[in-house]
Amino acid sequence: MERGIFGQLILTFGTISLMAIGGANAVVPEVHRQIVEILGWMDAPTFARLFAIAQTAPGPNVMLASIVGWHVAGTSGLLVATGAMLLPSSVLALACSRGLQRFSGNRVVRIVTLALVPIALGLMLASGAVAALAADAGLFGFAITAATAVVTYRSKVNPLVPMAVGTLAYTAVWAAGLV
Amino acid sequence: MNALETAASASRPSLPNLFTGFLKIGLMGFGGVGPVARHIIVAERNWLDDRAYAELMGLCQALPGANTVNAAVMLGDRFRGAAGALTCVFALMAMPLLSLVAIANLYEAVSDHPLAQVALTGAAASAAGLILGTAARLLAKADLARWAWVMAAAAFLAVGVLRLPMLPSLLVLVPVGLVAASLGARRV
Repeated sequence: MERGIFGQLILTFGTISLMAIGGANAVVPEVHRQIVEILGWMDAPTFARLFAIAQTAPGPNVMLASIVGWHVAGTSGLLVATGAMLLPSSVLALACSRGLQRFSGNRVVRIVTLALVPIALGLMLASGAVAALAADAGLFGFAITAATAVVTYRSKVNPLVPMAVGTLAYTAVWAAGLV
Repeated sequence: MNALETAASASRPSLPNLFTGFLKIGLMGFGGVGPVARHIIVAERNWLDDRAYAELMGLCQALPGANTVNAAVMLGDRFRGAAGALTCVFALMAMPLLSLVAIANLYEAVSDHPLAQVALTGAAASAAGLILGTAARLLAKADLARWAWVMAAAAFLAVGVLRLPMLPSLLVLVPVGLVAASLGARRV
């Protein structure tokens, strides 16, 4: 079944690559839908934890694909999923970059951006909502989600800080026997 | 000739130069690569000036995929062709992937421990808040027209609440958005 898994990783992340308007933060609901609901490769809390790990690591947010690939098929899964996530969008970027050198595409780029930015932001909110539900962390978990959201909205602090505080707070409340 | 091409013909960084630049962007991008990318591309390496960088980012935003990855592809290609694009993407991803593997192995080593599960559940709740807060801040900053707010709400409802598959959702949302954007752009 090894080949089946790799083929599926390529298919799933290869298509998601072209849907990732504004990066992987727009496609969390779709990755969740395919990996958890359709393929049943992991449960929702595991998915949410992998998502958290991908957020903790440095680098572009496409690494959600990498960590999912790693979880289902180890290092080769990581490489295959990362490649599948990067290749289609990169080929498109290359084609557009070269095409725009010949045609003056400024107006087209402006209209496409104008159309895509609101959609990308709506999808990003959807990603946050789906990730919050998948975390399955109970009422206190939602409180942590809300608090992190408010801190991120209001201050320009490095995202790792609210994440560390949220993790510690949740662990402390668990240790106190409250969740 | 646009600003990006002017910059490209002025100075053409070598492959090793591109490699170390993007290696650094990947390595330093804890909690988001955007600001680091600007610092290195504009201030440290002088590959582009501010205007050309803004133009590049505008184009990256209009395409699927992570902005920094698209920027790596385009800059690499402009300066050194397909080999340059490959070099930049590889350099950008190398260190983040290595640290991801390290973190993932650490997770695997401790994942049987209940405390580790609890901590990661807390981290997952936080990570969700991080995305929500970032999206809210970008929405507040974006200065959207009324039709654009409707598009954002429709995207959120379709994919986040109704949990519809993304491809058909986008096949409706994107054309509608493009029509609205062209009408909106004409009025301005």
